[in-house]
Amino acid sequence: MKKVPLESRRQFLQYTALSGAFAGFSLPALSAQSDIDYRDILPESMTQAGAGFSNYGQPSPYENKIIRWISANPDTPGNGVSWSPLHELQGTITPNGLHFERHHNGVPDIDPATHTLLIDGLVDTPLSFTVEALKRYPQQSRICFIECGGNSNSSWRSRPVETAAGYTHGLVSNAEWTGVPVKYLLQEAGIKNNAKWAVAEAADGASLNVSIPLEKLLDDAILALYQNGERLRPENGYPLRLVLPGWEGIVNVKWLRQLRLTEVPVMSRDETAQYTDLMPDGTARQFSFEMATKSLITSPSHGMTLPDNPGVYQLTGLAWSGQGKISRVEVSADGGQSWVDAELQQPVLSKAFTRFSLPWQWQGQYAVLQSRATDETGYVQPSRDELFAKRGSHGFFHFNAIISWEVSEDGFIYHVYPD
Amino acid sequence: MFTRISLTMVLLSLLPALAAQPLYQPLGQPASDLSDKPEWNLTISPDGQGLPAGSGTASQGKHIFEQHCAACHGFGAIGGSAMPLVGEVGSLASEYPEKTVNSYWPFATTLFDYIRRSMPPSAPFSLNSNEIYALCAYILSQDGIIEADVELNAVTLPQVTMPNRNGFSATYPQ
Ligand code: HEC
Repeated sequence: MKKVPLESRRQFLQYTALSGAFAGFSLPALSAQSDIDYRDILPESMTQAGAGFSNYGQPSPYENKIIRWISANPDTPGNGVSWSPLHELQGTITPNGLHFERHHNGVPDIDPATHTLLIDGLVDTPLSFTVEALKRYPQQSRICFIECGGNSNSSWRSRPVETAAGYTHGLVSNAEWTGVPVKYLLQEAGIKNNAKWAVAEAADGASLNVSIPLEKLLDDAILALYQNGERLRPENGYPLRLVLPGWEGIVNVKWLRQLRLTEVPVMSRDETAQYTDLMPDGTARQFSFEMATKSLITSPSHGMTLPDNPGVYQLTGLAWSGQGKISRVEVSADGGQSWVDAELQQPVLSKAFTRFSLPWQWQGQYAVLQSRATDETGYVQPSRDELFAKRGSHGFFHFNAIISWEVSEDGFIYHVYPD
Repeated sequence: MFTRISLTMVLLSLLPALAAQPLYQPLGQPASDLSDKPEWNLTISPDGQGLPAGSGTASQGKHIFEQHCAACHGFGAIGGSAMPLVGEVGSLASEYPEKTVNSYWPFATTLFDYIRRSMPPSAPFSLNSNEIYALCAYILSQDGIIEADVELNAVTLPQVTMPNRNGFSATYPQ
């Protein structure tokens, strides 16, 4: 099939605008009434005083269904995840209260006044830092996504899970993280020549520990104190967390208490038993830190309906890549037979959510909606078949294949594997 | 080798950049004393570094497991709300691979490290070293990775060869 030329898409939109919005309008006749009681004709909100100020603003009560979806082990309520409702959000920044969560043993309560960060191991001088001291260092901000290595893991299963887009693929969020470049602190301690890794440890109830290549910590790692301008939320690592742009969630250690420089990785549970990828030959890939290029149509998506037939719908979604910037997102309405370039919201940032959109005319036809991202290195997001051909069918982590929404002739939307 | 070269390059390239960094006061406190304390030395390496004194056997471990672990991992360490810990050795290349401690984990030292810091979830660090060695012995002996009467301690635990010891290949550095 051919690419739909941009011109014809514009023409179509103008036509609908004319026939839809302007048809049937006429000027209301002004009555000569002299004494109008405006309270009868204005919305109530205009005829009374509103609510007072608030110390900390909350979302509108009308939006109280926009929530993270929690899935935890009933025997260990602190072990599980909560998915970000990506299908309900717009723009690129995830609000702090809706940033996804993955905890291994709950959210710890840490008083910053008693929290210590220790940098030791293969350094000239082991150093400890208080949170107050860290706030005095130059603060650097970085907008980037954090994606759990296990995001979309249900897509490895042989049948598609019928849940809203965010509740299957929303273990990824995007925020502006602000804090101290980790390299300043490492340099202050003095890095020994044989140091190659750092073992990061958290102060939570799992004392989570993972090994991180020193090279990354010296590159773009941030010891984050702030999330979207305010201090970190407890569930996002308060009082301090590592942010390693583009790398899987597990190494973005929350509640950080220690960085111990070592020569070799420590082979902790979360870098061997978990977050590794079982390949078809029975061996496993380890240290797959970089999250591969991926995209997701957030609207329309599973569970939504298309009310008008024919109608124009604003197709939109998110693309991101651990390798750098998104350079292109294509959208298909026929299960990948033909593709049209979507518009990318500017600015496009490296290792951050990129919002894409494209108006789509639906005329009641069966459709399969897909998006396909390409990053600045030329890497193209694979189809599910291509991913399985490379990685086998026993994967669990690091799923980045194309995600498909089926639109039925009556306008209902389902998650499908069209391959 | 590759890591060493690229690391040196990173360090070198930082030098000129550092001059252009904003000025800041170094506020780290010398902390050699902390570094030596047990609470800052939780991590245990495959070579056994960090393992505490103490010892335990599988028969002791069975009892402790039933008391502290079976509620979630199942009696026999299979079939609870939490993942199975034993069995399925040799299944990884099959049509139905199962990742358990015994089938998948490359190092036995990781088991001690993880149990101490994370299990049971309601009371991490509540078990003593003897109990943790015994739990390791119980889990490992279930699949014959160690003999039922072997005593695990700081010397013998790092000597255990896990069935999937060579099953991992690092994708970093590329
Ligand atoms: C209240 C339920 C509960 C109890 C009791 C419990 N566990 Fe766990 N265990 C879990 C959960 C849940 C996980 C998964 C944790 C995660 O993913 O972060 C887990 C994970 C593990 C793992 C890692 C498995 C893997 O393949 O990654 C080991 C080993 C383990 N537990 C051993 C034990 C031992 C030994 C005990 C007893 C001292 C114990 N557990 C008690 C719930 C429990």
